[in-house]
Amino acid sequence: MEAASKLDVESIRADFPILQRKIGDKTLAYLDSAATSQRPVQVTDAMRQFTDYSNANISRSVHTLASEATDAYEGARAKVASFIGAISPDEVVFTKNSTESINLITYAFQNAAVERGADPRFVLKPGDEVVVTEMEHHANLVPWQQLCLRTGATLRWIGITEEGRLDLDDLDEVVNERTKVVSFVHVANLLGTVNPTSQIVARAKAVGALVGLDSSQAVPHIPVDVAELGVDFMAFTGHKMLGPTGIGILWAKAELLDAMPPFLTGGSMIETVTMERTTFAKAPAKFEAGTPPVAEAVGLAAAVEYLEALGMENVRAHEKELAGYMLEKLEAVDGVTIIGPRVPIGRGATVSFELEGVHPHDVGQILDSEGVAVRVGHHCAKPTCIRFGVTATTRASGYVYTTTDEIDRMVSALDKVRKVFA
Amino acid sequence: MDLDELYQEVILDHYKRPRGVGLREPFEGESHQVNPTCGDEITLRVHVEGDTVADLSYENVGCSISKASASVLYELVNGANIDDALARLKEFTALMNSRGQGEADEETLEDAVAFTGVSKYPMRVKCALLGWMAFKDALVRAEAVPTPEGGAE
Ligand SMILES: Cc1ncc(COP(=O)(O)O)c(C=O)c1O
Repeated sequence: MEAASKLDVESIRADFPILQRKIGDKTLAYLDSAATSQRPVQVTDAMRQFTDYSNANISRSVHTLASEATDAYEGARAKVASFIGAISPDEVVFTKNSTESINLITYAFQNAAVERGADPRFVLKPGDEVVVTEMEHHANLVPWQQLCLRTGATLRWIGITEEGRLDLDDLDEVVNERTKVVSFVHVANLLGTVNPTSQIVARAKAVGALVGLDSSQAVPHIPVDVAELGVDFMAFTGHKMLGPTGIGILWAKAELLDAMPPFLTGGSMIETVTMERTTFAKAPAKFEAGTPPVAEAVGLAAAVEYLEALGMENVRAHEKELAGYMLEKLEAVDGVTIIGPRVPIGRGATVSFELEGVHPHDVGQILDSEGVAVRVGHHCAKPTCIRFGVTATTRASGYVYTTTDEIDRMVSALDKVRKVFA
Repeated sequence: MDLDELYQEVILDHYKRPRGVGLREPFEGESHQVNPTCGDEITLRVHVEGDTVADLSYENVGCSISKASASVLYELVNGANIDDALARLKEFTALMNSRGQGEADEETLEDAVAFTGVSKYPMRVKCALLGWMAFKDALVRAEAVPTPEGGAE
């Protein structure tokens, strides 16, 4: 396709059997990668190879399989760490998904509030403030909201401009000396906005607050380097970056992980246990109670390898083209209003829109009858919907395997939608 | 995917020209129902006189299926005897949960027969039932029917 693209999309597509799938008699056009990405055979093969030949519980036995499984699991941790520029694999905690990663952080705060001798950075009291943005996925809103309700701290947020960007005009007022933590979305899942991070991070640091990112939609799509970003913690999720479901990642500075009380407790996270008390293992084990998702970690490592081979700069360039193409084609459709940035600058290839007079559910249904898979609904970002006065949107999102041809198919299917509801 | 089966003329007609829409007084029971996956909402009121549904009024936002379904509900139960209305509610719910296997009775369900195709689309069944759930709940709140075990919702 695009001459300028640095990705060989045709050969990438050959790695994804699902893209050959028929929906009715139409070939699938999968434009829902922001909800979950598809998996290349390299990921499925790695998981299968592990399951068929090396499956064992980790860190518990001395037999050969246990040792191979432990190596595979710890190898995945090292791979993820280097992918995001972490200084040590010990800064990478495996969880179930982004949602659990964020809860792991908010529960560190909540547990610190009731524990004696907790690190004061995690102790929230009435008068303290927590800052998020109005464009959060519920995963980075509800846990903070609940934490504030339980501790008496105040939740504040950075608003959204009409163009779908963060409104940083009153940043210095929203993030102030009462702020204990700022947690914000890196790339917004409904609007597609890629948020500039440096100004918010600098302000948080200036007032002595911890600062973290929900990078669920960033790590799969753009180069991410935690050292460069200067944040304290970051959450992301395997299934949006060509990996399997059931594995998420929390990266946090080693010093912070040491200071945080554990979230889930039980086996594998202890140093020593008596009937009266327990001392905990060092991070990351401290945060990985119970048997972890070993095969999923193997799959995630294969996904990271796949993305590294493509090159994240190339992935970004490809998606910038897709975003430009999608915006241009959608803008040309009668009755379409784009919700979110309308230029392919500081945004990804995730585009939400409204089609006048037709509910997104109906749009999605008719697109499906043409084999085109998009997401409809509030995208777990109800406050964003409220900000733009809609109850739901239709959202198309592209990834490394997405072609302009698939976008064309969506656009012509929109004509069919308009005919049915004319 | 056979779209015509889902988007029957009758459904599109009710969607474009919903019957009985608007919230009216008096009413004894009001229910607000939300479909958490897509954000569709309905507020529905019932006014009961003796054993009749004397008025059913509603405001809603949602897709064609949920809006048309509320309109069809209005036509079927407005002015009806409460027992008959409950029988239709039961019949329609069973039809929607039939996964395309149900046989609709045109005598009793009238325009609601057009929703038979919807039952083949599990993702849309909730849309079709939203107004009906609100109706059931509003009757309970109006104390026109006994409270079901385990609460209204
Ligand atoms: C921005 C953002 N944050 C968090 C999540 C939650 O991810 P998960 O469902 O894997 O926990 C998502 C995905 O749905 C997302 O898009």
